[in-house]
Amino acid sequence: MLYKLGMAIRKELILQSRDIGGLIILFVMPMVLLVTITMVQKGSFDSITGTRIPVLLVDNDRGEIAETVRKELGSTGNFAIVEEIGDQTLSEASAKDAVFRGDYQLAIVLPPKLSDDLNLHIKQNVDRVMAEFSYSDSDTVHAAAVTIQKKDVNLYFDPATQESFKTAIKSSIDKLIATIEKDKVYKVFQEELGVSEEAVFDQDQILQYREIGPAEGGAAIKPSAVQHNVPAWSLFAIFFIVVPLSINIVKEKSQGTMVRLITNPVPYTLFLLGKTFTYLLVSLIQFYLMLVVGVYIFPLLDLPSFEVGANFMQLSTMALFAGLAAIGFGILLGTIATTQEQSAPFGATFVVILAAIGGVWVPVFVMPAVMQTISRLSPMNWALNGFYDILLRQGSWMAILPQLILLLLFFMLTLLIAVLYDKKKRTI
Amino acid sequence: MEIIRIDSLSKKYKDSDYYSVENLSLQISEGEVFGLLGPNGAGKTTLISMLCGLVKPTSGSFTIAGLSYRESAMAIRRLIGVVPQEYALYPTLTATENLVYFGAMYGLKGKNLNQLVEAGLAEMGLSKFAHKKIGAFSGGMKRRVNLLAGILHDPKLLFLDEPTVGVDVQSKNAILDFLKERNQSGMTLVYTSHHLIEAQELCDRIAIIEGGKVIAQGTPQELIHTTQDARNLEDVFIALTGRGLRDAI
Repeated sequence: MLYKLGMAIRKELILQSRDIGGLIILFVMPMVLLVTITMVQKGSFDSITGTRIPVLLVDNDRGEIAETVRKELGSTGNFAIVEEIGDQTLSEASAKDAVFRGDYQLAIVLPPKLSDDLNLHIKQNVDRVMAEFSYSDSDTVHAAAVTIQKKDVNLYFDPATQESFKTAIKSSIDKLIATIEKDKVYKVFQEELGVSEEAVFDQDQILQYREIGPAEGGAAIKPSAVQHNVPAWSLFAIFFIVVPLSINIVKEKSQGTMVRLITNPVPYTLFLLGKTFTYLLVSLIQFYLMLVVGVYIFPLLDLPSFEVGANFMQLSTMALFAGLAAIGFGILLGTIATTQEQSAPFGATFVVILAAIGGVWVPVFVMPAVMQTISRLSPMNWALNGFYDILLRQGSWMAILPQLILLLLFFMLTLLIAVLYDKKKRTI
Repeated sequence: MEIIRIDSLSKKYKDSDYYSVENLSLQISEGEVFGLLGPNGAGKTTLISMLCGLVKPTSGSFTIAGLSYRESAMAIRRLIGVVPQEYALYPTLTATENLVYFGAMYGLKGKNLNQLVEAGLAEMGLSKFAHKKIGAFSGGMKRRVNLLAGILHDPKLLFLDEPTVGVDVQSKNAILDFLKERNQSGMTLVYTSHHLIEAQELCDRIAIIEGGKVIAQGTPQELIHTTQDARNLEDVFIALTGRGLRDAI
């Protein structure tokens, strides 16, 4: 039986090696896809890792608030403040045009006299409080009782900007304004109390947060486009073998070779195992090619290198089991489908759906609750979580065992259904 | 001694309104060349498919060399060879690679397998194309390799579904000569064809099937003699099945 299995694998390998188009689809296209997607996504991850997003600032205030905004936004490391375009100082109209044309994502317009009016507003409030406690004396200069109009800080967003980005910016600006107001209140109180030389209020925050991630060799591992994309798109490529594999089985039926194979003294399972071993080899080669691209090609393209670390065996095992799951599904589809017109579009579409609900494109945690539940049914999600456990969460073999078991069960279940379906459909 | 015994065999496909094979009984003796003739849709291919284990009968039973698929599927598969109507070969493999693969599936291996492949290709006049891909072969060449793939393991019983369809006279003669030779060395042949003159020349006995039933059987000479004004098998065929078209879905 082993001899027959060996010959079946040999035949499949020869068939694969002579299908140039198939080889390109299996090996070249996933690498092109990986490089393209990573380069496209580099920007969004770079906000974490260094590159600054240019933000237009129109300063009609010309006071200390404008100075604070400039300083605070600049110091976050995420934004580069732009106040001139082509030697022209920005006006609200020119900033708006530049943003709405899509040249910039965001413009912040500070209204005139923002600092003065805020100072006045706070001074009025502090005066009122001091008067309540009878702290005010005859020397104190009271703020004039004038009505201060509300001030609008206008934000202009590129209409194509994603909602999550807008929310993050608005939250940053809110925080910035609250900080400025708080600082002002402290300052005015000090002035009113006549202790303006040295700060009497400790303005340092008592409550702080610290982000603590898993560390490898003492260095925190940051999620980057590369660490996300190499496993995610490798999985996508591995699962895409559903298409050529199902077509391969349908072809066996349509060209008549299946008739010959079924009438041979060989069980259908051996025929399927021949395909399983061959496509398992294909999926591992795909994975290693993706690793090679991540480790060696990315740095040449000015992308960060993919860090395999000491995880090579775990990554290979996860890729192997993901390959098994994909092969099981491909075999099932090829067994049930009667034409290539059925298997190819269905296989391709279904893989895209599995990728979508599996978290390859959009992280599962941002999906609606229903989709999060559904995503747990996607073998691509199991494998992706396994890869993240290994790469980003310092997962041990025990940590990835549940994912490996799920992927193996999926393979066994789909293979069993394929064998039973074939038996019911055809044989005596 | 009978090698095939069929008792009241019927097959009705799921979405069909009629039986493709209905209550059909037949015995085929060892060493015979047995022809299954009939118009399109008569049930010949369905009958052969059931005998090869490809299609499950609706009712009835049959045995091959006294064995049934229910108990001895693998043993039957070792006894039989199948030459399907399609070119059941991999177009991107060479003739040798195809034959080595199908031979290996019957357990043939090593030097013996290589010698069988070489000898078969030589006998079919295909030695110089042994290492060419099947996709580049003409229809006649493919038919010959298709036949070789079915007999490499020297089966006791060979099923042939229209083995000469779409080939030139030279290829047809090569195939028929090859089959006669195999039959003389003891191989039983069960054969379907639309070439009635060819069947008359090749077959020891013939069954004419119409509407899934055997409507006549005997040696070609018996059938010709018992049919009024018949000079050959074609006359017998027309007399029994009529001149009407047999279009069916």
